[in-house]
Amino acid sequence: MQHRFFWIAVGVLALAYPILTMPFPVYQRLGALVLLAAIGASAWNVVGGYAGQVSVGHAIFFGIGAYSAVLGYHYLGLPPILGVPLGMIVCIAIAAVIGVPTLKLSGHYFSMATIAVAELVRVLVPTFDSLGGAQGLSGPTLPRTVLDLSFTSAMPYYYLFLTVLVAILFVTWRIENSRMGFYLRAIKDSERAARSLGVEAGRYKLYAYMLSAAMTAMAGGLYLTMIGFVDPESGFGILISVKMLIMAALGGAGVLFGPLVGALILVPLEEISNSLLGGKGAGITYVVYGAIIIIIARFLPNGLLALLKPTQVKPADAPNGSPVGAGEKHAA
Amino acid sequence: MSNTLLQVIVSGLLLGAVYALFSSGLTLIWGMMNVVNFAHGEFVMLAMYVAFMVYTSLGLGPAASVPIAAMALAAVGMASYFLLVRHIMKGPMLAQILGTFGLSLFLRYSAFWWFGSDFRTLPDTLVGSPFQFAGLRLDAPRLLAGVVALFVTLGLHLILTRTSLGSRMLAVSEDATAAQLMGIRPERMQAAAWGLAAGATGIAGALIATFFYTSPTVGETLAIVAFVTVSLGGFGSVPGALVAGLLIGLVESVSAYKLGPVYKDVVVYSLFVLVLWCRPQGLMGKM
Repeated sequence: MQHRFFWIAVGVLALAYPILTMPFPVYQRLGALVLLAAIGASAWNVVGGYAGQVSVGHAIFFGIGAYSAVLGYHYLGLPPILGVPLGMIVCIAIAAVIGVPTLKLSGHYFSMATIAVAELVRVLVPTFDSLGGAQGLSGPTLPRTVLDLSFTSAMPYYYLFLTVLVAILFVTWRIENSRMGFYLRAIKDSERAARSLGVEAGRYKLYAYMLSAAMTAMAGGLYLTMIGFVDPESGFGILISVKMLIMAALGGAGVLFGPLVGALILVPLEEISNSLLGGKGAGITYVVYGAIIIIIARFLPNGLLALLKPTQVKPADAPNGSPVGAGEKHAA
Repeated sequence: MSNTLLQVIVSGLLLGAVYALFSSGLTLIWGMMNVVNFAHGEFVMLAMYVAFMVYTSLGLGPAASVPIAAMALAAVGMASYFLLVRHIMKGPMLAQILGTFGLSLFLRYSAFWWFGSDFRTLPDTLVGSPFQFAGLRLDAPRLLAGVVALFVTLGLHLILTRTSLGSRMLAVSEDATAAQLMGIRPERMQAAAWGLAAGATGIAGALIATFFYTSPTVGETLAIVAFVTVSLGGFGSVPGALVAGLLIGLVESVSAYKLGPVYKDVVVYSLFVLVLWCRPQGLMGKM
């Protein structure tokens, strides 16, 4: 019973938040940004958390999502939101192409290869004038119809992002409890063992990667509808990829609500630096940001939500600092 | 061969030697401990600020700043090992990325807060003025950096392969338990590896500061170059990093000259992607 009340309370609070913060537009905006970051990090979580394939190059899908939304407007005059499904389809295709050679690698090699591909795209984009070059592209400055989703208040974005986040979490939850979810966790624990039991690891990793890519493209497209501008750095920069990873890992990678918890902590911290302190103060906030990440990695390597789980049986500690297979070892 | 092309090749190789130097620390840590240090670029950045402070407070050039930066960074490296890396090594890979990336943000913005965001440069004449040699124009700071880089990389390689310390480190990296049974303390060896790697990075940073701008965010740019070098050379291989560094410096200069500066990064990153897809163990690495 207690659980049910808790979830109802969370739901009501999430729905009422923009109304409660009506007099403070800054907080409405903050709420929308938290949800947007949670969408991106939850998308990453499908392949990075559940399947244990630590991608540090998801910015490529985020950027394609954002660019598809803006290019549809720029060349065809479409409302940016209509470019989002297109971006998702493109990303599924690109994920299939990149995924086949990249997912053959494991551990750090996979992470490095994802960085490599994303960085290649980041330096390629500015060389195309049709993509706006290094200056980037802007969405509609003035709303032509309501479909342009260009609002001065953050409230409509908040509800849009909330709907999308709930949808993504629902899909993830269904996967978590499906055959595929079990396969992915088996692959994460030991790919070799999973294969020997007949799991087609390569295929399921690719499915997870493609699904995660499509969801990340959605995050990119939504980012563009709200911010209305994208350039190579804000679309494809390595920081975009790293932030998704950090938020998911901070809350708990491979845990349904992990990315949301991470976003709830890190996004406000980041926004405080931008809006309240500014200038020199920004440095101090990021020092704190870095310190929080270090402390979580040091003391809660499985994320904050690991605190809530009933105490697990700890696997016998490896001999002091044994590096053997450290890349493959994942806590249960 | 035209004189310009020769000039481009020589400057590319000099640049490549420096790439090799600041990547050898990263490859050493990776090979020894299977940890990717995402704060590596920030180590270089700290060393550059050390060189800057040595100049502003003592008025001295690289003769003083190189050893000071090497010692300072070796201390930073060992402190990072004892306070953070030692613990996160046992955790999942994600915790390692999280931890070292957190360290990178922490160091980058501490520098931002302490030194401000201004770009700083050391005076051009600190090392010496450019001179002509066999029809080539050579920048003294770059020449010094390139030559020292070659010697330090070679020295690092010799320490690893020819000394008792190096053998003990390799023993720990192959099998920590077996090494412990032989009376080697794994933690001490790993700390020594961090000290050695960060010290080499310190030398690199102090030298780079003589011809490159210093700013809190410079590490971000340099870290990616180090990742490319390490992947190409083979994770864990110091000679591999040397060959790869020279190759990347060469490819970068020649493609900037032939195709234009905009495309030099495209060529380098394409190489990065192709190597990881086709030969993930790199030119000289073991899987």
